[in-house]
Amino acid sequence: MSSTAVDPRFEHPGQRGPLVAGDNDFTTVTDTVCGIVEEPKTPRAWYVAFAAAFGLTTILMAMIAYLFMEGIGVWGLNHPVGWAYDITNFVFWVGIGHAGTLISAILFLFRQKWRTGINRFAEAMTIFAVVCAGLFPAIHVGRVWVIWYVFPVPTQNAIWPNFRSPLLWDVFAVSTYMLVSLMFWYMGMVPDLATLRDRAKTKIRQIAYGILSLGWRGSNRHWHRYEVAYLLLAALATPLVLSVHSVVSFDFAVSSLPGWHTTIFPPYFVAGAIFSGFAMVMTLIIPSRAYFGLKEIVTMRHLENMCKVILATGSMVGLAYATEFFIAWYGANDYEYFTFINRATGPYAWAYWIMVTCNVLVPQIFWFKKSRRTIWIMLIASILINVGMWFERFVIIVTSLSRDFLPSSWGYFTPTWVDILTLAGSFGLFFTLFLLFVRFLPMVAMAEVKSVMPQAQPTPEVQIGAGDYHGDIPPIEYIPKRERPPDGEKR
Amino acid sequence: MSAKDETMIRDGDDRRLYGLAVEFDSVNALLQACASVRDAGFKKWDAYTPFPVHGLNDAMGIKHSRLPILVLMAGATGAGLGLLMQWWMNAVDYKFIISGKPFFGLPATIPITFELTILLAATSAFLGMLAFNSLPMYHHPIFASRLHKRATSDRFVICIEAEDPRFDDRKTEEFLAALGGTEIERVWRERR
Repeated sequence: MSSTAVDPRFEHPGQRGPLVAGDNDFTTVTDTVCGIVEEPKTPRAWYVAFAAAFGLTTILMAMIAYLFMEGIGVWGLNHPVGWAYDITNFVFWVGIGHAGTLISAILFLFRQKWRTGINRFAEAMTIFAVVCAGLFPAIHVGRVWVIWYVFPVPTQNAIWPNFRSPLLWDVFAVSTYMLVSLMFWYMGMVPDLATLRDRAKTKIRQIAYGILSLGWRGSNRHWHRYEVAYLLLAALATPLVLSVHSVVSFDFAVSSLPGWHTTIFPPYFVAGAIFSGFAMVMTLIIPSRAYFGLKEIVTMRHLENMCKVILATGSMVGLAYATEFFIAWYGANDYEYFTFINRATGPYAWAYWIMVTCNVLVPQIFWFKKSRRTIWIMLIASILINVGMWFERFVIIVTSLSRDFLPSSWGYFTPTWVDILTLAGSFGLFFTLFLLFVRFLPMVAMAEVKSVMPQAQPTPEVQIGAGDYHGDIPPIEYIPKRERPPDGEKR
Repeated sequence: MSAKDETMIRDGDDRRLYGLAVEFDSVNALLQACASVRDAGFKKWDAYTPFPVHGLNDAMGIKHSRLPILVLMAGATGAGLGLLMQWWMNAVDYKFIISGKPFFGLPATIPITFELTILLAATSAFLGMLAFNSLPMYHHPIFASRLHKRATSDRFVICIEAEDPRFDDRKTEEFLAALGGTEIERVWRERR
């Protein structure tokens, strides 16, 4: 480990230093990660943050109760803007929920080992974001008590849902995504929960983590199937994560509204989702790694890699914006042309330019190595990107709806206090779940981090062939068979 | 090196020996030891590690898992059920009359068929892994082992079970001692 000249804290193209910085071994990784959860005295800062987040969650619940009592008239919706904050929030949160599975599935298949430092964190964030997302389509229907009609369950009405509706595809896509992400996250956590169980000092912890860890005992016969299952889940989750936001984009693209009815939507939405998801991971991990002392596990190199993903996906999003404009002009459709000119210069021009600034211009700062290594730049940029991505969905949804084919039916959407507090409350729910996660569950995938440490790699005398981490199947019996004892000495 | 605690089975002791555990502190030592145990012909034994050690499956002689076949079947079931459900519900049991469009069109069914394929395949991968591993299993004799406590953190443990036909109290202990582990422990089943 010390023989390498590469500074592991930073990314050096073409050179591979160890992923865990500092003088760490398996013991210190366990101690660092478990220590956060095992700290008997909950930090005061956690209580402060939790009180704030839980307060906002309470506001969310109150807003939902008010909505249910009064109907969706309490939102600023009107004719023609029938979708506004509700669906904007839905698409925003689903988008954020894409980074976790991208990191754990797609980067896994691409053998990006640095993902091990941040995948648990990102997966947890994914699940909490999808919880927030799932809330909005459920509450935005006028008659919430019949929301279960979206599921194909036999009823006395003998009516089945219309499977040709993209809105129903959405129900299936988002609920599948939720369940698969949850299984992926939980399965990854089982060995780490077993670690917590075996270190538990109190009876309650022993029982709680004991139940959660399902009796995992680290048997290699189990690890073997576990890894097969992990690989299969990654292979299944990869097309899934790409499909979810594609299906979300069909909600718009399948309609005939100018500004929505474009074929670029699925890839454009997926790139945007990954972009916003990575930004949210960054916003959360920068304070967490500093506060919980994880700087040697989540190093500057991880952050630098994330900056590069943000730069790439942000530029893709920028390219999509430009392509939309080009096609609006090149397609020679008056309504489409008008819609895009209207976005940039009409009544919502302020929202449009916030979006362009935050999503296209801000990430360009990551072309410079200095900004990829400066914490405050990353933090501010990632927050701005989150703002920008919320506005992207707002611009797509509201500008297209507010001015469609007939000028006589044009309108303008203004949010009410209920709209704004519901949005704020959804952040409260997200952070409440997130704070509970960092307090009670292992924040870093210890088993996975250990398996990419140099100490986990057998030396060449023992290993012949490519025994790389995950998936590479080494040649059978590369460990030379020992000579059997010469005579019939039985054991 | 010898087992420090309770080398002898005392008279009247109703505990039964589960096996002999030996601890290693490096991946290299573990891999070599596992290859030796494998070549010595033991069948009922296992290695306990804090993370999946690569190459250990071969060193232990573990065969390929059949999990992928299960997952393939579950995925195919999901696709079939998804298509069948949409066809029966929208084209047979409750026909949706929309602008004279056909009651069943393959392209419109693809998203839900795809999602159900993934859902069933992924669920079977997760539950199948647990089922093949007989998990959850909250009672296992190895939990009584002191050495095993660190096998989920930073040590590697091999345990040869007493039920193995080749197991012999003294010879197996000598054999394990020669593997170069750091410590040997006798693992007892719980008192009945």
